[in-house]
Amino acid sequence: MNTTTDIAAPRAETPPALAIVMDERQPARATPAKAVAEKLDFWYGANHALRNINLTIPENQVTALIGPSGCGKSTFLRCFNRMHDLQPETRYAGSIMLYPENVNLVGKGVDPIEVRMRIGMVFQKPNPFPKTVFENVAYGLRLRGVNNRTELAERVEKALRGAAIWDEVKDRLGDSALALSGGQMQRLCIARALATEPEILLFDEPTSALDPIATAKIEELITELRSRVTILIVTHNMQQAARVSDFTAFMYLGELVEVDATSKIFTNPSKKATEDYITGRYG
Amino acid sequence: MAAVMTLEELRAGLAWRKNLDKVFVVLGLVILLTCLGLLALLFLDLVRDGGPRFGWDFLTNFPSRKAERAGILSAWVGTSMIMFVTMLVALPVGVAAAIYLEEYAPKNWFTGIIEINVTNLAGVPSIVYGLLALGLFVYTFGLGQSVLSAGLTLALLILPIVIVATREALRAVPKAIREAAYGLGATRWEVTKDHVLPYSTGGILTGLILGLSRAIGETAPIITIGALSFIAFLPPSPVGPEFPFLNFEWLRSEFTAMPIQIFNWVSRPDQAFQANAAAAAAILLAMTLSMNAIAIWIRYRFRKKINW
Repeated sequence: MNTTTDIAAPRAETPPALAIVMDERQPARATPAKAVAEKLDFWYGANHALRNINLTIPENQVTALIGPSGCGKSTFLRCFNRMHDLQPETRYAGSIMLYPENVNLVGKGVDPIEVRMRIGMVFQKPNPFPKTVFENVAYGLRLRGVNNRTELAERVEKALRGAAIWDEVKDRLGDSALALSGGQMQRLCIARALATEPEILLFDEPTSALDPIATAKIEELITELRSRVTILIVTHNMQQAARVSDFTAFMYLGELVEVDATSKIFTNPSKKATEDYITGRYG
Repeated sequence: MAAVMTLEELRAGLAWRKNLDKVFVVLGLVILLTCLGLLALLFLDLVRDGGPRFGWDFLTNFPSRKAERAGILSAWVGTSMIMFVTMLVALPVGVAAAIYLEEYAPKNWFTGIIEINVTNLAGVPSIVYGLLALGLFVYTFGLGQSVLSAGLTLALLILPIVIVATREALRAVPKAIREAAYGLGATRWEVTKDHVLPYSTGGILTGLILGLSRAIGETAPIITIGALSFIAFLPPSPVGPEFPFLNFEWLRSEFTAMPIQIFNWVSRPDQAFQANAAAAAAILLAMTLSMNAIAIWIRYRFRKKINW
């Protein structure tokens, strides 16, 4: 089988510029790419889960991955921080180039731990550690050798503010994170991911376990975060994709069917399959 | 649409099914109370027979040819020392083995064989461990008929229990928690030491204590390696008055243990010794039950702290 290439030879050092961003919230502008998946294939054992995915993730934008259950959107997301490497018998082919360094995230010679230190992830179910609120957010920093109390405190506060949860937890930093509500736990998990200032933040259906009010808060937060970090979000909820994302990619049966500006995907998709899915004919 | 049955039939059927439900509750309760009752009866019987022997003297006297002056000092001290060695060996070795099998080992035929064998080892008769220890620890390693040999033997005996319990405890840590830590860039060891181990401590300690409470009553293996049944001295104290305040002479000392003392007294013709045996057995049973109580308490404490 074709092996993964670390860095494809003839490639521009600078990230390719994307098409013009069609977004009513901002003036139209060209956005540089933060990451580009090229001819990405992925296997769970003999199961060919992703087929020839080509997708550009624009910097400081929200890109949503939608599609029916089992279409590979979470599998694709987990390629970005090499979560699959924790399972035996998984295999990547092709590349996901991270800019500006031009590193192939799924390359054989690239350390998955290094990748995970640069790319944060928020999971489907809130999964705080059964430790204090403070220690949850500080953990990523401690892994990086930050032990200075003042620095830890500053960075933890900054992350908690960034995740719009500081006011709710500032008086209970020493309490167990398990005492928080589901929505607060999820924002705590976002703070935990933000604390180490990742270059890309991956969200894997972050609101599927939350009630509508908590969901609204997370969505608002994602919209705020997009100016600071590149976001890739998997969602089951098409309204959510329409509300929070700048770009939407529709996946089906392990393939990327269509990607475009969100406003275009939801109003005038160019593929029949996309239209059928977003109008609720299947999925 | 026609109903499957009339309302009367439905009610009659439901009443029958609910009665079955009650029958099971009663049956279960009867069986449970019978078992507990038998244990309580046994314990009360021991306490009654040994009644006159309970007292401070019984705990502080050495064995003697005169039943009324005989005590269990050398036995309970021996048992405590052996248990201490057993714990010190079985805990780190068992936990390390479990961590390797659960977190690190690749899933292949080799680890498959190890796993099956670990589970099977729990079923090996204890006398076999005794014979192994006699050859290995007592003669080959030259450790002699000592506290150390006995502790190592019992550690070997409970190792499978500790390993299986630890693996269960490690497995109970949700995958989501591991993923959270890996997602922040933790290495496998960091995930294990910062998360998996701390969150499974309750289960691990419970397994250890249950293993120890099995070891405390084991007689066959320590007879095999040569426990003495009549010892009128104590092993040297582990803590001394001079620097470094610790000494390890006691590890090499000869020993006796509670079950051996009991066995010795029971096998004597003199009726007066039967009371001694009953009293010592009651104390051994109390030691076992209190160890189990500690295990339950630990599990409760940790469950309360961590509820996923």
